[in-house]
Amino acid sequence: MAKLTIEDLRKIKEKVHAETSLREGGWRVKVTVHMGTCGIVSGAREVMSALIKEIEEAGVTDVMVSTSGCMGLCSREPLVTVEVMEQEPIKYEYMNPNKMRQVFKRHILQGEVQTPFVLAKGAEIIK
Amino acid sequence: MMAEICDHIMDIAINSITAVAKKIDIFIVQDKKQDILTVRVVDNGKGMTGEISEKVQDPFFSTKTSRKIGLGIPLFKGTAEHCGGDFYLKSKLGEGTEIFASFALSHPDLPPLGNLKDTILVLIISNPEVNFSFSYIINGKNFTLNTKEIKAQLGDVPISHPEVIKFIGQYLDENL
Ligand SMILES: Nc1ncnc2c1ncn2[C@@H]1O[C@H](COP(=O)(O)OP(=O)(O)OP(=O)(O)O)[C@@H](O)[C@H]1O
Ligand code: FES
Ligand SMILES: [Mg+2]
Repeated sequence: MAKLTIEDLRKIKEKVHAETSLREGGWRVKVTVHMGTCGIVSGAREVMSALIKEIEEAGVTDVMVSTSGCMGLCSREPLVTVEVMEQEPIKYEYMNPNKMRQVFKRHILQGEVQTPFVLAKGAEIIK
Repeated sequence: MMAEICDHIMDIAINSITAVAKKIDIFIVQDKKQDILTVRVVDNGKGMTGEISEKVQDPFFSTKTSRKIGLGIPLFKGTAEHCGGDFYLKSKLGEGTEIFASFALSHPDLPPLGNLKDTILVLIISNPEVNFSFSYIINGKNFTLNTKEIKAQLGDVPISHPEVIKFIGQYLDENL
């Protein structure tokens, strides 16, 4: 098989257009992985990679991922914030790829907050 | 210490994103014969004054007492200098920043380059509004990826669409 080229993305575009009508802006969930220096040292990139892989495999189009810099909470990293539209943001602490996959399947897809990993709800720190 | 050179690259790119860069160019050259690895990151973010550019290279610098000490730049510089290389930071307020580090490939303490595929994927999928270009030259073999070209092909399909993630992953596997 010939190697993929960037021009092949046109076929992806056509396929996506044929299968779905693209949503007008607006995401259902926004997930932020905090990537300050100590977040990266403690494995934030692997957490983000696991999340991106889950999104790819589940084929979901309404979850947006984002990075942010330092949060000033080094000792609890990696930190991930999940914001489901019209709900208060949930901040998870000490994340790793396995916990990220669990949060993706249970919280992001099914709406059940994974309480054991929660650091904060909204602005309120619960631990 | 960072486990991989790619962790440093991610860290320096996050600085650029924090400095609201809309364009980030990343150049990596690895040459076994010349025993050198170089990394250069150029952004068009908000930049720094000359004085701040000097100070951020010092791990004990902090702009305000309320702010913790920045670690990313001193760590990168430290790894380069420890591993037989050089480091420079050039920045201009309102224009952008360029950071360069080189390393002796044969240095025993040099961390591995690491997972370039995941580093590229994470950066481009989670920052769709930024135009990234990557150039990776290993022993004369050249790989480039430019997200502006990708977005031009995609039109209104977002770069974070699962089909696109899958495609870019395969593309990186084939070409890196
Ligand atoms: N690309 C850039 N453009 C503009 N300013 C920058 C850039 N990179 C770094 N800076 C400035 O230099 C400071 C120090 O950067 P450094 O990466 O060392 O630490 P930090 O990002 O503040 O914190 P940490 O990396 O430890 O999470 C930043 O806070 C920012 O003010
Ligand atoms: S990166 Fe950990 S608190 Fe800043
Ligand atoms: Mg930094």
